[in-house]
Amino acid sequence: MSRFLNVLAVSAVVLSVASPVLAGPLGLGRAATPDEIAAWDIDVRPDGMGLPEGEGSVLDGEEIFAEKCAVCHGDFGEAVDRWPVLAGGQGTLEDMRPVKTIGSYWPYLSTVFDYVHRAMPFGEAQSLEADETYAIVAYLLYVNDLVDEDFVLSRANFTDQKLPNEENFFLDDRGADGGELESFTAPEICMQNCKADVKITARAAIIDVTPEDGEARKAREAKLATEEAGEQPEASEAETAPEPEVAQETALDPELVKAGEKVFKKCKACHQVGEGAKNRTGPELNGVIGRDMASIDGFKYSATLRTMAEDGTIWDEGNMAEFLRKPRDFVKKTKMSFVGLKKDEDIQAVTEYLKSFPE
Amino acid sequence: MTTELKGAKPSRRAFLKGAAAAGGTLAGAGVAAARAAGDPLITQVQPWTSELGDGVDAAPYGSPSQYEAHVKRRTVDWLTADPISSINFTPLHELDGIITPNGLCFERHHGGAAQIAPGDHRLMIHGLVDQPLVFTMEDLMRFPRENQVFFLECAANTGMEWRGSQLNGCQFTHGMIHNVMYTGVKLRHLLDEAGVKPSGKWLLAEGADASAMTRSIPMEKALDDCLVAWKMNGEALRPEQGYPVRLVVPGWEGNMWIKWLRRLEVGDQPWQQREETSKYTDLLENGKARRFTWEMDAKSVITNPSPQAPITHGSGPTVLTGVAWSGRGTIPQVDVTLDGGVNWHKARISGPSLDKAMHRFYFEFEWDGKPLLLQSRAHDSTGYVQPTKEALRKFRGSNSIYHNNGIQTWAVNSHGEAENVEIS
Repeated sequence: MSRFLNVLAVSAVVLSVASPVLAGPLGLGRAATPDEIAAWDIDVRPDGMGLPEGEGSVLDGEEIFAEKCAVCHGDFGEAVDRWPVLAGGQGTLEDMRPVKTIGSYWPYLSTVFDYVHRAMPFGEAQSLEADETYAIVAYLLYVNDLVDEDFVLSRANFTDQKLPNEENFFLDDRGADGGELESFTAPEICMQNCKADVKITARAAIIDVTPEDGEARKAREAKLATEEAGEQPEASEAETAPEPEVAQETALDPELVKAGEKVFKKCKACHQVGEGAKNRTGPELNGVIGRDMASIDGFKYSATLRTMAEDGTIWDEGNMAEFLRKPRDFVKKTKMSFVGLKKDEDIQAVTEYLKSFPE
Repeated sequence: MTTELKGAKPSRRAFLKGAAAAGGTLAGAGVAAARAAGDPLITQVQPWTSELGDGVDAAPYGSPSQYEAHVKRRTVDWLTADPISSINFTPLHELDGIITPNGLCFERHHGGAAQIAPGDHRLMIHGLVDQPLVFTMEDLMRFPRENQVFFLECAANTGMEWRGSQLNGCQFTHGMIHNVMYTGVKLRHLLDEAGVKPSGKWLLAEGADASAMTRSIPMEKALDDCLVAWKMNGEALRPEQGYPVRLVVPGWEGNMWIKWLRRLEVGDQPWQQREETSKYTDLLENGKARRFTWEMDAKSVITNPSPQAPITHGSGPTVLTGVAWSGRGTIPQVDVTLDGGVNWHKARISGPSLDKAMHRFYFEFEWDGKPLLLQSRAHDSTGYVQPTKEALRKFRGSNSIYHNNGIQTWAVNSHGEAENVEIS
């Protein structure tokens, strides 16, 4: 017994030696210098804390936006493909498909400034000067009909700009009286004979948007349907057989096409290819290899490209490769803001991929 | 027969003896096979029994069996504009127990997964503190350490199901969650080191990635149970989980768990960053939006059977399993129903029951081959019971995107195949 107590006493001593280490500063780390803090402390709050000196006009903003932002967000913030819409949407917040933009949804303008400055342009974050950021934010206010075209945004007038939806935000009230937490905290839970009958009211299979399982499931369901109807399985197989691939005029390297499909992801924000492809920020690219330069009706090509096309130049693998490697060198003042593909194999692959859409 | 010998060579005598024995076996096998009745996988010697396997260094880090190659994170292409600012999903239907393997923890980045050398990483604390500080990774590892298991759920998990059943597979409906053991230092120790001023009520946490992800966190939570962690499940964080260091905000939405954590600013009010205004706010039916909805409500899902994991064995004894969790505590009870909620049964929870962590439940039953409507319902330690989707929509409408913790239904047909459905 006494030995046991001794052991306890020893443990207590060990603990008391160990615990003071946890209390109070350990003297770890070093002092941050003012310059270091300034370098990282770029956040901006609604009360204006953190705003840098500077200013920018709607007109300057329009130019910068066209150059740096329109590639994803469209010239007027209308967005390209699934990139975020930045303008419009006012009055849609109660709709089935609300459009949440800076003008319709965001509560504070400071958030716009902060986010553009810290994370935009996508792939070139923290490259914008304070004046450029003010100008872009001014332009975004303009495309949301919140200021006139001669407006200049500056640190001095920033906090005067209120966004229209600020008042419609409220703090988490799940825990309030009669709120969700109270409603869903039931003292008694039914375990037996809780309802009379049960019906299926919605099915995911009908929407059929699940990746990779769709084909397998269709085949399975077709098989099931025929079995239940007492038919021969051959019929369903014919029904679900994949359509034969259209023969290519020239043999393509399937591996290269596949690799090109991956590379093309970089182009997808602006260009469509394949069935039903439409002009977006960039022209559709069906049959681009072998077609006349600047020849898609209804697409506004750069002046340089139109001039280059005047003598009937067609896109071939050679000039396409040059263009893809350094777009701005090949077509001065091209509207394509893409920096270019560095690797030859990427250029080859994406060309092969484009060739797989001959028309 | 070629045999590669490593280490000490056997004696010639032993070699001859071995060869003779091998010859005898081969001759005998033919006769035995002709006579054998039964599963050839049993009656015949299989290559993996006869031939040597891989040596110890064949996979110095190690990877799952080649037969588990299908067990992986998957994305849904149409969800986002670009794979860099996107999400993929944990294959919940392929896992068991409560711990998610590191390579299967869902990924969500806003500017891609940054690759940062630990020696180059710095963590700064500044703002309303007595002494602004900079820590290296080495500094952080000299603080007292904690080991804690927590789930991390994206607030948008199950967000695609607000308007109705959409995706067939619990990987896609519920896979924006993982549950691992974190090793790190209490955030409180780091804040104490800098000395938070009495006016310091909020914390801005910022990542070092190309989105410079930021969230405002109330000081009360920061001082309560948050960790700054560098290990998960014993090994270094994976780059896609914030290597070399991330914030752990137990029970609260995943977006707040800043990865590649480089800066903590102490302030007197929240910053209203993009991720707490334009995103991660719950737009209700009346056009008004609820904000600062940080805690994740109790939730559960049956992982097997499920659309990606049908019953393949026909009628007979069947194991139903799933996971349950709550951002407000533990899970003392999970109920399951086979008939769409007419009758409920208490499931069996197996494994540790830890605060703000995943719980594993099982329900063993005899399947008679008839169609089933499966649901699970989690109770948490506050008394909250997971609501039906319909009950939740009464409060939230269907434009909410985030915090959908409604009860999930799988319809199992007579072939054992499961589908994501909603029921009356």
